[in-house]
Amino acid sequence: MKPKFEPNAEYQPKDFSFKNKKKVDEILARYPSNQARSAIMPLLDLAQRQVGEEGAKAKKPYGGWIPRAAMDEIANVVGQPPIKVYEVATFYSMYNLAPVGKYLIQCCTTTPCWLRGSADIVKACEKELGTHLGETTKDGLFTAIEVECLGACVNAPMVQINDDYYEDLTPENMVQIVKDLKDGKKVSIGSQQGRRGSMAVEGPTTLEDLAKKEKVV
Amino acid sequence: MLQDKDRIFTNIYGWQDSGLKAAKKRGDWDDTASFIKKGKDWIISEMKASGLRGRGGAGFPTGVKWSFMPDPEKTGKPHYLVINADESEPGTCKDRDIMRFEPHKLLEGALLAGFAMGAHAAYIYIRGEFYNEGSALVTAIEEAYDAGLLGKNAAKSGWDFDVYLHRGAGAYICGEETALLESLEGKKGQPRNKPPFPAMAGLYSCPTTVNNVETIAVAPTILRRGGAWFAGFGRDEKNTGTKLFCISGHVNQPCNVEEEMGIGLKELIEKHAGGVRGGWDNLLAVIPGGSSTPLLPRDICSTVKMDFDSLREVQSGLGTAGVIVMDKSTDIVYAIARLSFFYMHESCGQCTPCREGTGWLWRTMQRMVTGNATVEEIDMLYDLTKEIEGHTICAHGDASAWPIQGLIRHFRPVMEKRILQYRKAAKAA
Repeated sequence: MKPKFEPNAEYQPKDFSFKNKKKVDEILARYPSNQARSAIMPLLDLAQRQVGEEGAKAKKPYGGWIPRAAMDEIANVVGQPPIKVYEVATFYSMYNLAPVGKYLIQCCTTTPCWLRGSADIVKACEKELGTHLGETTKDGLFTAIEVECLGACVNAPMVQINDDYYEDLTPENMVQIVKDLKDGKKVSIGSQQGRRGSMAVEGPTTLEDLAKKEKVV
Repeated sequence: MLQDKDRIFTNIYGWQDSGLKAAKKRGDWDDTASFIKKGKDWIISEMKASGLRGRGGAGFPTGVKWSFMPDPEKTGKPHYLVINADESEPGTCKDRDIMRFEPHKLLEGALLAGFAMGAHAAYIYIRGEFYNEGSALVTAIEEAYDAGLLGKNAAKSGWDFDVYLHRGAGAYICGEETALLESLEGKKGQPRNKPPFPAMAGLYSCPTTVNNVETIAVAPTILRRGGAWFAGFGRDEKNTGTKLFCISGHVNQPCNVEEEMGIGLKELIEKHAGGVRGGWDNLLAVIPGGSSTPLLPRDICSTVKMDFDSLREVQSGLGTAGVIVMDKSTDIVYAIARLSFFYMHESCGQCTPCREGTGWLWRTMQRMVTGNATVEEIDMLYDLTKEIEGHTICAHGDASAWPIQGLIRHFRPVMEKRILQYRKAAKAA
């Protein structure tokens, strides 16, 4: 579980303003002019990303989250009372309403991943980080949480770290990914067994001529 | 077995580029305007003739759904096509591959579907976690605009058409069409009462049709090759076409594959997924169509065909065709209990039977996992699922009930045995 929304917590900054005004306008333009409320979700996402970009450069890093001041600013932009933004921000699980680690590791443990060993992935992850699910490491780098199905079931078990999926995991390569991120090394996203998309790992059972032509097998 | 020449998604594994140039080589956007020039009645009648049923789970005939949209001249309101890309049903990961590897099939389908229902705009609602897939779509949308395939006079068809991407933020319930519309309007994703149905009052109270990604993405090929071609696959006129199956869990080679509707479940698993781990005899059960559909024990799996009506006849469903395979090492009670947790976590909290009931189901199921229960409680659990099912605004309540009903239907002896063992152990201690 992620920390809860505490609108008056000490860590809440007083002000927030969008740096990328052009992007704000572009988001608003996607919806009919009298339906600016539709922009609440993309603007929450934009705010979270902006905070995340600042956090990545901070001395003690942190990940993207949405301060209350940002919600108030969004309410202002879309011309709605702040509560309309708060209720959306608290409904959806992807909005972080309190600071999280620079790398948010979301471990899928729903049945298809569980059948393929997600419990061992979680264990390996917790052991490597030295924290339990829901906690942030002292250096501010990692927060690992349990999430529901992420929709990559044939590539299970998998985790999502910030925007990217890491699939076909073993406890060993889960640990390696965490180590590499800690060391600032590049990590390859997607399948950790090197398979293409969601085809069978030993090669496709359909479109075999095309597979040969594309040198997949 | 479906032949390669009849597969719609030839780049489903992403071997080739997903960009416009490569997509055109695969046949996408080939003379799209000619279909539009034939008129919307022609498009809808071809879709009806194809027998295509919605690929998002409910299986409603697509052509019929499109025909429900009123005449734009009479309503005087804008019409909307909304594409449901909130793929979150556990066991399902097919739309993801369409969006990242075959985005132009989706966009071309959007134009054709949009025209057929009098819509000049489409919103694609993608689950927020699919960040990279969403970015692939954005790239494809930009390419299509630059090439004149979207926007004013899209694909030189005389029809103006815009496509926008809207990212969700982690709520399974937004896959329910009216919850999705609420979310798109910038609200909490809580389903609406029906009627009015979206075709009358959907997005911004305007006529709207919500279709699954796969449904829209197969439309161009159906129009190109004819409804009769598509209808030529499958068991009967109500179960037609090709279908993307996702095979996960205890198989040797989990994968996505496009196959003929009505392929045998055993054949599907053995031909494409490398068989059950440890062989077919090691199979315990299969959830055939995403987590909401009741599981099937091995004897049924050996003979059942994968289509809407065949699976319905064995008290399950095709759903999204997310096939979750479980071998004999599986703690089947926990496998279902974990789904109960999922439904509790994802309940939007609007209707009491679902909000309270899903939590109750999870708490009782936890005790069923350890056996710390009474045999009578199995009946109580079953009754409880029946109190939730059909008593909520949307099908989330039903979906939380069905997996447990399936468990009790086929694995009651396992549950009873565990309870007796727990009691025996408790007595001994």
